Amino acid sequence: MSDKVLAWALRACGIVSGAVVLLIMFFLMQESLPALQRLGLARFFTDASWHPAADASQGRFNITAMVSGTLLTTAGAVLLAAPLGVVSAVFSHYYAPPRVARVHRRLIELLAGIPSVVYGFWGLVSLVPLLNALHPPGQSLLAGIVVLAIMILPTVALLSDAALANVPRSYLDGAAALGLTRWRTVWGVALPAARSGLFTGVLLATARAVGETMAVLMVCGNVVRLPGSVFDPVRTLTANIALEMAYAMGDHRSALFVSGLTLMGLVVLLVAAAGVFSRERVYA
Amino acid sequence: MKHVALMGLGLLLVGTVSGCDNATARGTGADKLVITGSSTVAPLVADMAKRFEQAHPGVRVDVQSGGSSRGIADARKGLAHVGMVSRSLKDDESDLYSFTIAIDGVCMIVHASNPIGSLTSRQVVEVYTGEITNWRQLGGPDRPITVVHKAQGRSTLELFLEHFSIHNERVKPSVVIGDNQQGIKTVSGNPYAIGYVSVGSAEYEATHGTPIKLLPMNGVEATVASVAAGSFPLCRQLNLVTPEPSSGLTQRFVDFAQSLAMHDLIAEHSFVPIVHE
Repeated sequence: MSDKVLAWALRACGIVSGAVVLLIMFFLMQESLPALQRLGLARFFTDASWHPAADASQGRFNITAMVSGTLLTTAGAVLLAAPLGVVSAVFSHYYAPPRVARVHRRLIELLAGIPSVVYGFWGLVSLVPLLNALHPPGQSLLAGIVVLAIMILPTVALLSDAALANVPRSYLDGAAALGLTRWRTVWGVALPAARSGLFTGVLLATARAVGETMAVLMVCGNVVRLPGSVFDPVRTLTANIALEMAYAMGDHRSALFVSGLTLMGLVVLLVAAAGVFSRERVYA
Repeated sequence: MKHVALMGLGLLLVGTVSGCDNATARGTGADKLVITGSSTVAPLVADMAKRFEQAHPGVRVDVQSGGSSRGIADARKGLAHVGMVSRSLKDDESDLYSFTIAIDGVCMIVHASNPIGSLTSRQVVEVYTGEITNWRQLGGPDRPITVVHKAQGRSTLELFLEHFSIHNERVKPSVVIGDNQQGIKTVSGNPYAIGYVSVGSAEYEATHGTPIKLLPMNGVEATVASVAAGSFPLCRQLNLVTPEPSSGLTQRFVDFAQSLAMHDLIAEHSFVPIVHE
C-alpha cells in the first residue's frame, strides 16, 4: 500500500517537473505565434533593422544582430573560461597541497554564488572605464565576454573538479605503477578518463552564458548592430527581452517572445549535444 | 491510465494559467488597488502607496512599473485601477481621465570633468544623429563621444525625441540603457559620455557626489527650481490615469496623491510638486 502511494507521489513529482518545461515551451510558442503569423519567420532575418513597433506593418524586426551578439559573447566567454576552469580543477586535484586545494575550492564555490547583478555592477564600474580608456565607449563585446567568462568559470571549474574526482582510483594507481610523471598522468590518464564530465561541464557553462541577462545588459552597450571589433557594443537576445519587454505591446511583444523562443532553441541544442556526448564517451 | 492522469494534470495547469489571464483588477475585491505604468513615476507612487496603506488599514496597494504605454493599456483593459503615465495624454487617449501629481524635466548630462558648459539644440541633434562624433568638434578634448540612448518604449526617450524632433531610427547610439539609474551610472563612469535623464534623478545624484553635470537648455539651468517655475523647456507631467471618473477607493488614492501632504515625498524623489486649488 505505502509502496503504491510512494510510486504515485514520485510519478506526480516527475510529471510536474516535466510538465513545467513543456508548459513553458507551449507558452512561448503561443505568445510568439501572432508575430510569426503576421510577420512570417523570414522577416526576422531579412528585415533591414530592429526597429519594432506594436503594429507589424510599421516595424522592422531583424534579430540576426542579436543572435550573433548572443553567439559571440557566449563563444568568447567559453573560450576563456573552459581552459581556465579545467586547469584550475587539475591544479586543485593533482598539484595543490590539500589545504590550499580546500581553500581554492571554497573560493570557487563562492564565485559561483555571487549574484549576476553584482558581476554586472563590477563590470560597469571597474571593467568598462578601463576598456573605455583603451577604446571608447567601453561598453562592448569584450566587456561582455570578460564578465561572462568570470561568471561561468566556477561552473566549469566545479564540474571539472567533480569529473576528475570520479576518475577511478585504479587508473591513477596504474599510472603510478608505470612510473608516469604527474603531468603524464594528468594528460594521458585523468583528462581522457574524465572527458565526458569535462565536456558536460563546459556545455552547462555555455548554457548559462547563453541565458545570462543582467550582467551583459549592464556591460555590453546594447546597441543593435553587428560588431566590427570586440570594442563595439552588442545586444544579446536576453538583453533585448529585458530592455524592451516591459514596454512592448502587440506585435512587438510577440516578436520579443520569438527572440525568447530562439534562445530556447539554442539551449535545447546545447542540452541535446550534452546528452549525446556524455552517452557516447562515458566508457571511453 | 497513466496517460489519462497526465492529461488531467496538463489540463489543470493550463486551466490555472489561463485563469490568471482572465482575472481583471476590477474583479479582485474592493480593498485592493492595482497601479501600473511609468518606471519614472512608480517609485514615487510606491512610497505614496505605503503611506496610503498606513492611513487605511486593510487596504493593499500593488504598484508595478512597466512604462507609460503599459499604464495606458492596463488602465484601459481594466488590468489596473490606476495607470501611471509620465507625459500628458495624447489626443487618442482622451477616453482616460488624468490627474497630474508632479512635474519632471529631462536634461542632458555629461561627466563632471567635461569642459563643455552648454550645447545648443542643434548640437544635441547632431551628436545624436552621428554628424558630430568627437568632442573636439564642440570645443572639447579630442575624444570620441559616447552617445547614451534609451531603449525603445521609455517615456524619457519619447519626450527627448519629440522635443528635438529626431526620428528614433536616425539616432546612432554608442550605448543603449534601460532606466535613469543605469544612464547616470554609465555617464558618471565615462568622462566622454553624454546622455539624457530626468532632472530630478540627475540633480539628486549630482548633489550626492556622483560626478555628472547637468547641461542648461536654451540658456535655462536644468534644476528642479526651473522645472517648477515652468521655464525649463524639456519637461513633462507625471500623471495618474483612470478609465472612468474615479470613485471609491481609486478616488481616495488619487486625492491622496494630489494632496499637500505628498509634497515632501515628491521633493524627496526630486520631482516638482504642483499646487492644486
